[in-house]
Amino acid sequence: MKERHTSLLMFGLIASIALFFMLNLVLGSVEIPVRAVIRVLLGEEENTIWRNIILKSRLPQSLTAIMAGAGLAVSGLMMQTVFRNPLAGPSVLGISSGASLGVAFVILLSGSIGGVALSQLGFIGEVTLTLSAIAGSLLIMILIAYVSQKVRGNVSLLIMGVMIGYIATAIIGVLKFFSAEEDIRAYVIWGLGSFARVSGGQTTVFVVIMLVVLPFSFLLTKTLNLLLLGDSYARNLGLNIKRARLLVISCAGILVAIVTAYCGPIVFLGLAVPHICRGLFHTSNHAVLLPASLCAGASLALLCNLIARMPGFEGALPVNSVTALVGAPVVMWVLFNKRKSER
Amino acid sequence: MNEKITIQVQHLVTGYHTKHGDAVITRDINASLRSGELTCLLGPNGAGKSTLLRTLAAFQPPLSGEIYIEQRKLTSYADAELAKVIGVVLTDRIHLSNMTIEELVGMGRSPYTGFWGRLSKEDKHKVDEAISTVGIERLRGRMIQTLSDGERQKVMIAKALVQETPVIFLDEPTAFLDYPSKVEIMQLLQRLSRTQHKTIFLSTHDLELALQIADRIWLIDKDKALKIGTPEDLSLAGDMGHFFEREGVKFDMDLGLFRIDNLRRYPIRVKGSGRRYNMVQKALARNGYFIDNQSEGTSEIEITSDAYRLNQQTVQTIAELLEILPKNIA
Repeated sequence: MKERHTSLLMFGLIASIALFFMLNLVLGSVEIPVRAVIRVLLGEEENTIWRNIILKSRLPQSLTAIMAGAGLAVSGLMMQTVFRNPLAGPSVLGISSGASLGVAFVILLSGSIGGVALSQLGFIGEVTLTLSAIAGSLLIMILIAYVSQKVRGNVSLLIMGVMIGYIATAIIGVLKFFSAEEDIRAYVIWGLGSFARVSGGQTTVFVVIMLVVLPFSFLLTKTLNLLLLGDSYARNLGLNIKRARLLVISCAGILVAIVTAYCGPIVFLGLAVPHICRGLFHTSNHAVLLPASLCAGASLALLCNLIARMPGFEGALPVNSVTALVGAPVVMWVLFNKRKSER
Repeated sequence: MNEKITIQVQHLVTGYHTKHGDAVITRDINASLRSGELTCLLGPNGAGKSTLLRTLAAFQPPLSGEIYIEQRKLTSYADAELAKVIGVVLTDRIHLSNMTIEELVGMGRSPYTGFWGRLSKEDKHKVDEAISTVGIERLRGRMIQTLSDGERQKVMIAKALVQETPVIFLDEPTAFLDYPSKVEIMQLLQRLSRTQHKTIFLSTHDLELALQIADRIWLIDKDKALKIGTPEDLSLAGDMGHFFEREGVKFDMDLGLFRIDNLRRYPIRVKGSGRRYNMVQKALARNGYFIDNQSEGTSEIEITSDAYRLNQQTVQTIAELLEILPKNIA
């Protein structure tokens, strides 16, 4: 009974990914018929405008959304488990602040010191941004991983992470103060988050990296399940707690770092999706929750991207607003429903 | 009891390393635990019961001394090996929801399952066995958050059982339970020590129960000294009284149990017999009267088969008797 429920839901999630993916390709300011979309994907379409729209814009954007959503959701789930805190999310350890810090350094200082505004540099500028974001977040992550080996309680570690985040934000504030207006503008736009910024060749890189990194989280299934029991019980069942914490935090941290580097700080998906999945699947078992979060994250990211690009909004709505507007009511609905079914 | 010794402790000092040197909790313990026995660790709050238990379970290192488990030093065990030797049931309340009892008990198989933690047919069979041993079959599909404290405790004991360890440590397994549940848990543990030859060691505050069920008692007092023996030997040696007696609590040497020591203020004569007599005696003791049939000039209560009589007054219940009693005593 329960297994059937799980497989049905899983099938539904995968179907929703397929559906939203198709809609992402079809809908937009220029509507392209489904048949034409399929022909483009098969490489048979004659209409070069349609081909360009799909291959250069909509397809990379949709693939980016799928990977970013999946990565954020999986890392959110891992963070919530390792910290046993329902409010933990990818941003909580300051890792995304680290990425912002890296980006801020490059964008804001390049203007003041090098005399070249990075925003004008095009492709090289993009790569530099990505690399600086990854460097910033990995730096913070290494710091957190080091602290996780020294600090006993989860709560202290969590608070340290939050504090590191504050420090990063404060430094960004100082940098902004000394920067030129157009650089600040470029930084703010990066901070809005977008699946569209990743272009052509970089999409392939992003997708390949995510395809390599995401499966690593699945290797932690047993570890994550044991962590649910609390440190003492987990240890008594043979788990090396320090190593487990390090592995989980590193895996989650790297996922966030890469997604943030390519898409900017996307809020909410990582926090919300695991809750939605727990509510839907009524389980804490990571063998179910990990793939479920991955699919739900991808699906929700596609949906958000679709809404952000609705005719009339074209380019105007930042993804971050949409993720919260769509995600928050869903989480609330799930929690209300959970209350009812428990009675 | 000719079972073998599973745990041997030599010159064990427990405590914590702090910035200002070592904080010693219990000092120089030399003792052993045997398989097939239920051993209870007793002592007042703050005596170091939990610290000792945590040290024996390798959750924290001893300040000095050695612990041998099945003839091997505790420190020589790797985490994964230890998981097959010691099972624990802790006071930590697990903040967990949306996990069925069956799944939770199944987690106890983790030391034996492979990389993905999947349960084999044999594992599932062992989970079924443990669930029925502990008697929680009707709970198996329930979610952990819907259980009462006593039910949770049984689930965690089932988890420790499927872990198939020769040793099980329990930190206050009967705390927060109602009385029947306390008895049930203790009896369950005693049965497990007998039928499965497990070494069971638990800390508890339930003196009465421990004295009646434990095969052996470890007694830590406020001065961190440890006394070990069967409940009966400790009673005879006067240790029980020494450890726990205080104003209002007396150790009854004849019963080998503690009882509340009531103030004895007023003598009274009572005529009667049987269960009704015993109950009147109990009620009188609680209210400061004691029976003295030799004393002259005191009032007399006569107990008949359907009433209580005191100075020509007849009442039906002990409550009424207690009400009229003060007016009839000078």
